[in-house]
Amino acid sequence: MPTEAATSTSSTPSSRPSFIDWFGRDPTVTMLGVLIVLAVIFFGAMAPSRFFSGETLRAMGFQMPELGILALAMMIPLMSGGLNLAIIATANLSALVMAAIITKMIGPASPPQDVAGVIALALAAGFVASLVVGLITGMIVAFLGVHPILVTLGTMTAVKGIAVYATNGGVIGGFPPAILFLGNGILLGVPVPMVLFVLCAIVVAVIMSHAPFGVAVRLIGSNEKATRYSGVATDWMLVGVYVASSLLCWVAAVVMMARFNSARAGYAESYLLITILAAVLGGIDPNGGFGKVLGLFLSLILLQIISTGFNLLGFSPHVTEAIWGVTMILAIAIALMRDRLMARLWLGKTSK
Amino acid sequence: MTQVPNNRESAAEQTAPHFIEMRGISKRFGGVRALSDVSFSIHAAEIHCLAGENGCGKSTLIKILSGVYAPDEGQIVLEGKAHSHLSPAASQRFGVQIIYQDLSLFPNLSVAENITFGHQVETPVRLADRQAMRKRAQAVMQRLNVSLPLDALVGTLPIATRQLVAICRALAGEQARLVVMDEPTASLTHQEVDALLATIHELKRQGIATVFVSHRLDEVMTIAERVTVLRDGRNLGTYWVRDIDRRRLGELITGHVFENVLKPPFPGKEDPVLEVRGLSCAGQYANVNLELRPGEILGLIGRLGAGRTELALTLFGMNPPDQGEIRVNGKPVQLRSNREAIRQKIAYVSEDRLSLGLVMPQTIADNTVITVLDQLTGSMGLIDGRRRAQTIDRWIFQELRVKTNTADRPVQQLSGGNQQRVVLAKWLATDPRVLILDSPTVGVDIGAKAGIFQVVDTLAARGLAILLISDEVEEVLYQSHRILVMSSGQIVGTYDPQRVSEQELREIIYA
Amino acid sequence: MPDSDLSFKAAFRRHDVQIASIVVIMVVLFSAISPGFLSASNVVSLLENYSVMAIMASGLLVVLISGGIDISFAAIAAVSQYLVATLLVHYGGNWLVAFGLAALFGALLGVVNALLIYYLKALSVIVTISTMTFYFAVLMFVTDGKSIYDLPDWFTADLSLFGIPFPVVVAAVVLFVTVFFLSRLSIGRQIYGLGGNPEAAKRVGCNLLGLQCFVYGYSGFTAGIAGLVQAHRVEEVVPNALIGRELDVLAAVVLGGASLLGGIGTVSGTILGILLLAIVLNGLTLLGVSSYSFGFVTGLIILLSVSATAYAAKRQQKRNVRHAH
Repeated sequence: MPTEAATSTSSTPSSRPSFIDWFGRDPTVTMLGVLIVLAVIFFGAMAPSRFFSGETLRAMGFQMPELGILALAMMIPLMSGGLNLAIIATANLSALVMAAIITKMIGPASPPQDVAGVIALALAAGFVASLVVGLITGMIVAFLGVHPILVTLGTMTAVKGIAVYATNGGVIGGFPPAILFLGNGILLGVPVPMVLFVLCAIVVAVIMSHAPFGVAVRLIGSNEKATRYSGVATDWMLVGVYVASSLLCWVAAVVMMARFNSARAGYAESYLLITILAAVLGGIDPNGGFGKVLGLFLSLILLQIISTGFNLLGFSPHVTEAIWGVTMILAIAIALMRDRLMARLWLGKTSK
Repeated sequence: MTQVPNNRESAAEQTAPHFIEMRGISKRFGGVRALSDVSFSIHAAEIHCLAGENGCGKSTLIKILSGVYAPDEGQIVLEGKAHSHLSPAASQRFGVQIIYQDLSLFPNLSVAENITFGHQVETPVRLADRQAMRKRAQAVMQRLNVSLPLDALVGTLPIATRQLVAICRALAGEQARLVVMDEPTASLTHQEVDALLATIHELKRQGIATVFVSHRLDEVMTIAERVTVLRDGRNLGTYWVRDIDRRRLGELITGHVFENVLKPPFPGKEDPVLEVRGLSCAGQYANVNLELRPGEILGLIGRLGAGRTELALTLFGMNPPDQGEIRVNGKPVQLRSNREAIRQKIAYVSEDRLSLGLVMPQTIADNTVITVLDQLTGSMGLIDGRRRAQTIDRWIFQELRVKTNTADRPVQQLSGGNQQRVVLAKWLATDPRVLILDSPTVGVDIGAKAGIFQVVDTLAARGLAILLISDEVEEVLYQSHRILVMSSGQIVGTYDPQRVSEQELREIIYA
Repeated sequence: MPDSDLSFKAAFRRHDVQIASIVVIMVVLFSAISPGFLSASNVVSLLENYSVMAIMASGLLVVLISGGIDISFAAIAAVSQYLVATLLVHYGGNWLVAFGLAALFGALLGVVNALLIYYLKALSVIVTISTMTFYFAVLMFVTDGKSIYDLPDWFTADLSLFGIPFPVVVAAVVLFVTVFFLSRLSIGRQIYGLGGNPEAAKRVGCNLLGLQCFVYGYSGFTAGIAGLVQAHRVEEVVPNALIGRELDVLAAVVLGGASLLGGIGTVSGTILGILLLAIVLNGLTLLGVSSYSFGFVTGLIILLSVSATAYAAKRQQKRNVRHAH
């Protein structure tokens, strides 16, 4: 980012926005947009009939939301200058709680009103489980001042431990159609999980940019002390951050258990680091304070396209993962070069 | 008075041996001219002060000397040999040692290790012989006639001790011939400054020159033999301290901000908006009483360690007192947090703007509304965009006239003075009754200072009660209606600017 | 500046003592409840089980002290393990060759981390997550998840030294080497300096690139050795056996007092951290508690430990502020 100028006689904006202004305004979105287009062209050229089919689109629409909602759950703590390593564990625990209630209390022959009631109960229980984890995490981070990596490392281990202990590592499965619809159904042509994801994304986006909570979280991410001096209740805000993150894990849990028709303590563990990757790729500053949901959304699309594309081409999923690792490094390199370029351009503009 | 015009030397200087000379140095950063044709010489074993306000270019000059920057124009002459620029290694080889303001020590290592750390860097695979290290550290300490706890972790030591560790480290390595100290007295009490002075004299006795960078008049006058004044990147001359008087020096440094016009006496008819009785906080201040009326500017001055900031933080709810009472508009209040203080319409502008006053990487707009987020929310708990824009427009653009074409830039891009205006904007948006200003003009360049004080005057005229904490006697004398002097946690006196002179006030404070 | 007034030494000392006393209490407790606890066979088996973790923890400790973090070491161990095993199976060799190759591969993969972190000026957590993802994905792709079972006999032969299992000996050597260079060699002191104040390290003239390469190279090196020892222990090379252990190792190192912010940490603390975890879990096993509870217990220990440390530090800070000036 351009650093201080001793005088504030900043450059008067040119009447027509130059490429630099436009690029500088949100370079992440621009870059991701370009990469998405390139990826689509690449895979489209390689396997046009299969890539551009409705089936592929629908498949992507079903796969992306799990990772997407979890990525949102990772984004909020990142914006606050922290991290939540426990998102997968929280989601799994929440899913297991819901799964246990559903499978214990209703069966294929249960009357519909029972089913509805139990589902509601289960959802509430899953919500509470996530809420509790989020509260504990948030309070230790906010009131004891422990580094979020350490706290969430502890909660992740503990939560997964509870889940493993309670289930002996086993699977709980077999849910009624109502639940399965949430993971596999289609609403107005759009996969239901995608609907849930988009809803969550919109809510998070609105809160982060237009709600007092969002503004406070961003400022806390850049400088917690100064924000506190300005009269913001930073400790409760931080509790809110981890509660919000955990509640998003609950939504992810619903989608996951619906899609897999089961719940287990160790599901989706490889997702943890991918969510961090998606967030950083999407322009969320790992130091805190900056990032937009739109960027995250686009980076998830890009990652999904790469994943699906390679899958269609017959590549092993491992190749996709390797590509993701390289993409992350490239993204950092590009961001570094962009910062240097912007600094030189900006200085050039203001030299007398 | 021997005044030395720009770039020429007095007869006294020409006969002295030339140790280090910087000739015609200019340096630009992008569009900003940091130094313009600055010439400046250092004599062997002298005590020289490089004086000037923040932003005058002194840091840049030092960094050019230490090889961190290269000048755009000019030369650095080391004992007659001219260089167009230096490298850090070359500078150190010549014997230049810089002690930065943050001291650059390792808090997790011991005193002995910190002092001898340069030795570690030279040979990575060398066995770090603890005994030899301690001996070396001892030797350096003996040279300076100081005694430091060799095994204590530097992070646990008070700042004055850490400074001595830094000075020892500067002397530990290659033959040091010049030690540069950047604002060494910034966090020291009076006694500690005296101790530092003794150390600097010891350096002189050993033939080591000291250049210290400062803007504090009193320390300059006490410590330096010669002083070079920089302002806005230009050298305004080098003077023998014994030949210049404090007022002239102050005018050179600050550029003559005050017109020597005292405020008219304060009518003081209304009831006090803030009253403090018997306020005490162990180890910080004791038995403080004060009253503040609407429209009054109360100056609070004292040496470092007097307890002013601690008192201010208590009034702002961030430092609960042990005893005493605070009343706002006659009603006793318990300020358990700064949020409660803000609810009581008390606002606090911190002296540390960079880390406590503003969230630097974030936008001017967000920094402004952070204090009043709750008031800007509309339906559904979301921020009303129009009210937000109105708040920013009113406080940033109209009232405080921050010089920027958009409020959506990071606030760190603004100059110090404009940043301070943003800070004022955000606090004024809370509609305070009491405004506590803690060293509000630190890091603000000359031109902007007057503007800040104009704003302060306007606010007082509107009925705001202002507590002005400052280190500068001039500021407090010409800016307040009444002056409190604080020393070692006690209020030692109340003074009327109409009745006390600058000189007298200085004596009271620094006695 | 208030932050640097934190009483490092006091908190640190207390932490070491705290962990050590907890370990002692646990030992007494468990040996009272279960007589088999302090038996030679149990102790030896315990040490052997945690040797691999101790080796990896040494490397991670050094990285943490330097102010960074390395999430990729488990992947490096897996890759190095597989490479060395493949070469040994095809070309034969001996222990010298095995260690040499493991060290080399591990160190090289680690240095890649260092170069990326230095030249991209990126956060170590992000870079090492990326390299971890890449290394592991490539490994799984190339190996197709297949294990190597036919390791040479000399490799899997029992190599106990006076009854002490080979993995324990290797772990002891690695721990000793780590302690040695951290406290007795300049480079170790520079690593502490780098972690304590990176800006000062730069100003004093430390070779930052060199230090980073050493630190991450060492982490990779220990990972390589750990992978080798693991293969020896279980007599097979399973590509994804070590993955997922990263956070366990981090937990042990942090339990031992290392700070995520850098500049603080000791080998003795790390040993105590591992011992604490090992003893508690072993004790639970002997008590017949289901091994399914281990995760929860570990997590709880981590939470309690970090909370206690943070709380103590906060109280100390409040005390410091009161006595300033």
